[in-house]
Amino acid sequence: MENRSFIMTLLANDKAAKWFLITLVALAIVVPFCNLMVPADSPFHVSTYTVTLLGKYLSYAILAIALDLVWGYCGILSLGHAAFFALGGYAMGMYLMRQIGDRGVYGNPDLPDFMVFLSWTELPWYWQGFDMFWFAMLMVVLVPGMLAYVFGWLAFRSRVTGVYLSIITQALTFALMLAFFRNEMGFGGNNGLTDFKDILGFDLQSDNTRAGLFIATIFFLGLAYVVSKFVVNSKMGRVVVAIRDAEARTRFVGYKVESFKLWIFVFSAMLAGIAGALYTPQVGIINPGEFSPLNSIELVVWVAVGGRGTLLGAVVGAVVVNFAKTFFTGFAPEIWLFFLGALFIFVTIFLPQGIVGLAQQLLEKRNKTKTATPKAEASV
Amino acid sequence: MKQLDGLRETMRRDRVFNFVQKRQTMALPGTRPVHDGEVDVSHGPILYLEGVNVAFDGFKAINDLNLYIDDGELRCIIGPNGAGKTTMMDIITGKTRPDSGSVYFGQTMDLTQMSEHEIASAGIGRKFQKPTVFPHHTVFQNLELALQADKRVWPSLFFKLTGEQRDRIDEVLKIIHLDAERDLAAAQLSHGQKQWLEIGMLVVQNPRVLLVDEPIAGMTHQETERTAELLTSLAGKHSVVVVEHDMEFIRSIARKVTVLHEGHVLAEGSMDEVQRDPRVISVYLGE
Ligand SMILES: Nc1ncnc2c1ncn2[C@@H]1O[C@H](COP(=O)(O)OP(=O)(O)OP(=O)(O)O)[C@@H](O)[C@H]1O
Ligand SMILES: [Mg+2]
Repeated sequence: MENRSFIMTLLANDKAAKWFLITLVALAIVVPFCNLMVPADSPFHVSTYTVTLLGKYLSYAILAIALDLVWGYCGILSLGHAAFFALGGYAMGMYLMRQIGDRGVYGNPDLPDFMVFLSWTELPWYWQGFDMFWFAMLMVVLVPGMLAYVFGWLAFRSRVTGVYLSIITQALTFALMLAFFRNEMGFGGNNGLTDFKDILGFDLQSDNTRAGLFIATIFFLGLAYVVSKFVVNSKMGRVVVAIRDAEARTRFVGYKVESFKLWIFVFSAMLAGIAGALYTPQVGIINPGEFSPLNSIELVVWVAVGGRGTLLGAVVGAVVVNFAKTFFTGFAPEIWLFFLGALFIFVTIFLPQGIVGLAQQLLEKRNKTKTATPKAEASV
Repeated sequence: MKQLDGLRETMRRDRVFNFVQKRQTMALPGTRPVHDGEVDVSHGPILYLEGVNVAFDGFKAINDLNLYIDDGELRCIIGPNGAGKTTMMDIITGKTRPDSGSVYFGQTMDLTQMSEHEIASAGIGRKFQKPTVFPHHTVFQNLELALQADKRVWPSLFFKLTGEQRDRIDEVLKIIHLDAERDLAAAQLSHGQKQWLEIGMLVVQNPRVLLVDEPIAGMTHQETERTAELLTSLAGKHSVVVVEHDMEFIRSIARKVTVLHEGHVLAEGSMDEVQRDPRVISVYLGE
């Protein structure tokens, strides 16, 4: 009830939010329609490949919102956020592995192929329960959330900030990557989890399932956006920005800064986990490469390019940069990293507010010249 | 000697028998029991600093400091640069921990054992030497953030201003003369206005003690006068401790003045007494 009225006021007062949500709804209708209903030879047909690609970008957009909450709003530059994304992805992957059942190469009803290959005879304890969808979904948010809680509790309580915090978050994701690479960990090692068959009984290869996953991704992106908006528009959100701008002052005003940082960090990690869970079934694989420190750094670039501290900027950045990436890696994969670096430097110097910030400035300018009338003067 | 010191330490009235003391207050006829988190000023002073020492890398910034602030008092603290005035406030607010000595808020609250936000919630507000407000929030939001409320995470998430609280903020906006600027981002205020906003943020917290570090730096003459008025009007309801270099300003508000020098109290008394004190004169002239 509370949330309903919040959405209403958001739609009424925040034009950008309104248009964003309308766009999402339109995408959720148009894209699956053009994929499933429009014949393949029509120019309006959207290929399944494109649907999946868009779905991937939009799951990245959820991840970008998660980072924007901690970095853009709270000033915590986490360079390990992809780790939470990967953990969510693995939790979903484990469910999908269990769904394969005896259809694997070795036909073992309980053990995934890679375990049979390692001559394991029974399922490790931490794989128990993942055959149940609800349990796996719980783990999608709980595992990243718990890790963020423990990590944040230690880091924020000892008042680790700035570069030091960024470095230990990098170390965290790097350590996880090394661990997941090991076969003995029981997560498929190098190859990760793949060869998924179906989700909730729906064939993952079918166009209908793909469209369903796309719609689910849009739904969760919209939900993540609205809930995050609620958080940043609340007094709690203002405290978080206050911490970013003047941490000591916030303490002396009576707020327990550590708790606020911890809360926003855990919430953000959970969002990242959900993003990962949406990513895995669409891409069809999750492997330790997702923990790569580089991924977390790319994520920071998305948010910087889009404009931090706006939520919308995170979404725009994630989609734009990943489009560019797909485009570049198509014809010149070697130069992608150089391009990414150059982009980051360009944005930092010339567009400190990112794309969304630039758009806002342009809009304001236009509105000013449009209404450069006595009315505007009177209000000054 | 060592044992004697040890014994003294064990027998400190303010520490060991804390629980006895509380029970005693409760048992005393005619007195109200002191609840947890309530300031006990039954003995007069609201702030006690006794034998406090702080050293930074061997440099003694605070040296056997003894200071008592009475409930409702307006106290001015002066002293040359580096005398330890700001460090003293850091100690009271929990930013700096003393190497030795005791710091008490009322009879019962040991400030050396409390964290910054606990001290702030208990009722000690502070204005920094360099004005720090929240630049990206509006003037109104700055006050809203400071406002006395349940400041834990969850209540903040679902916080809604009540009519009463809104009135309180409006009232403070008038007191600090920023009513017209209420919707302006704090970053856009002038230096003097920021100082006021910060004082407003203190007032709206409704603290028992206000620590005000160099409130008139960067203010015009007129603003200074208004600040003097504001601070004197706050005394009584609150205890106010003001650190300032401007002697004229101190003279205009002061009742009791403490002179700090090299981390130690050099003199204490009315402005005239203090200014006649030869030690004070030599410190200020010898600079
Ligand atoms: N964190 C610190 N580390 C090292 N030295 C410090 C620290 N804080 C203060 N000092 C030193 O302690 C001494 C007292 O400083 P303090 O800021 O308390 O002086 P003050 O009386 O407020 O001076 P001013 O009038 O200039 O504000 C100074 O010599 C200062 O250099
Ligand atoms: Mg000072």
